[in-house]
Amino acid sequence: MDENKTLVKVRDLKFSRGGRMIFDGVNLDIQRGKITVIMGPSGTGKTTLLRLIGRQLKPVEGSIIVDGEEVTTLGHRRLYELRKRMGMLFQNGALLTDLNVFENVAYPIREHTNLSEELVRTLVLMKLQAVGLRGARDLMPAELSGGMARRVALARAIALDPMMIMYDEPFTGQDPISMGVLVRLIRNLNNALGLTSVVVSHDIEEASSIADYIYLLSGGKVVAHGTTDDLANSDSEWAQQFMKGKPDGPVPFHFQSQPYADDLNI
Amino acid sequence: MISQIQSLGHKALGFFQRLGRGHILIADILKGQPALFLRPSLIIQQLYSVGVLSILIVVVSGFFVGMVMGLQGYNTLVDFGAEESLGVMVALTLVRELGPVVTALLFAGRAGSALTAEIGLMKATEQLSAMEMMAVDPIRRVLAPRFLAGFISMPLLAAMFSAVGVLGGYFVGVGLLGVDEGAYWSQMQASVDLYEDILNGVIKSIVFGFVVTWIAVFEGYDAIPTSEGVSRATTRTVVHSSLAILGLDFILTALMFN
Repeated sequence: MDENKTLVKVRDLKFSRGGRMIFDGVNLDIQRGKITVIMGPSGTGKTTLLRLIGRQLKPVEGSIIVDGEEVTTLGHRRLYELRKRMGMLFQNGALLTDLNVFENVAYPIREHTNLSEELVRTLVLMKLQAVGLRGARDLMPAELSGGMARRVALARAIALDPMMIMYDEPFTGQDPISMGVLVRLIRNLNNALGLTSVVVSHDIEEASSIADYIYLLSGGKVVAHGTTDDLANSDSEWAQQFMKGKPDGPVPFHFQSQPYADDLNI
Repeated sequence: MISQIQSLGHKALGFFQRLGRGHILIADILKGQPALFLRPSLIIQQLYSVGVLSILIVVVSGFFVGMVMGLQGYNTLVDFGAEESLGVMVALTLVRELGPVVTALLFAGRAGSALTAEIGLMKATEQLSAMEMMAVDPIRRVLAPRFLAGFISMPLLAAMFSAVGVLGGYFVGVGLLGVDEGAYWSQMQASVDLYEDILNGVIKSIVFGFVVTWIAVFEGYDAIPTSEGVSRATTRTVVHSSLAILGLDFILTALMFN
């Protein structure tokens, strides 16, 4: 792939936690300006991958290059400079509970710039308008629904006009309307702001509908990757099982155990 | 046998790892202190929640402790005809010992547990992670101002405790039991030494403030990010702080007053 088009390059990534190998040689590329979806069953480490890209965790081995910088060895100052260009949307929004919606979105702007109060207000209202919550500026996080909290968190994530946004399970636990709103927002923001989006999800239908490229993770490795059509028509049993939601296949229905008859003593 | 030794070794390793993490954290917090003076609003906000909100419990407790000492002291001193020394006894006990120690215990229960719970819940709800990803260092932005506020508040609260305790002793001794008012104050003025008594008491409260706030912010930051983990961390803050206060009090007393 063209180096300039690749924003994030992960090579031979190995990561373990509590003696369990989470990633055992993961390789993937995330293209600039595209929406890349990372899918896989629960517990495969999709969120962990985002945390590794943001260097909230350090890998055991391997390389993660973001916008030309080797994240795994960056010093504190340069890491924080890089993070200003990355946004992350957490699963539950992770809004600061002692600040209202306006102040939450203003938070990164106030922390990293010396803009006048008037300019901060204008910027915050523009970001809130983009997610449709300009009218909710005075609400506290506890007064928001799950979908609204995520949209506020999205407004906060784009507050500093980052080059990329990582979405951690954005569709989980959403009603169909909120889900539709989020799907549209991710696509529209990506196109309008020229962002690069990385979406971690196991909601196949929604994630596939906006994905430019999909990586399927399982057992610590990338088991399949390609466009939505590529994966839907893939020969891989694993891809077929996941994309079609089959209960049994390469990922077994039963957790590893002794034979059933032995367990029942018959 | 082998498994018991293994378990012991595992626990010892865990203890030293936590100790190491605690020291790294306090070093980071101290490194973040100078930057705080450029943003005094952060400290003022925390001084309010850590210090000002603790005043009521400290003042009320100080008054009751002073009253009890007035009662108990009078009953003992009157047998020797020395009830006029009540003021000295109350003041010295408060300034040297009870002021710093009881205030620190109350501070650990009121402000320490609140700090741990707040930071632990911020961790459990990914607010600290979100800050990191917004390129805001939570140690400098969240922990450092809370630590400084606790460190500043504790000696001031201990001073309030002692002052109100002396008034409580006065209320009972002079007001209710008839000790001479002039003797109460003048003997106190003559016997309480600024350096030997008051300064040593202040040093104790500064040390307790440092340790209690350190334990509180560390436990919150190191908490397992679940409701059970935060609950355990909060309990640990109160238990460890209390033990540290009492242990350090013995050491400091031995060093200061031989």
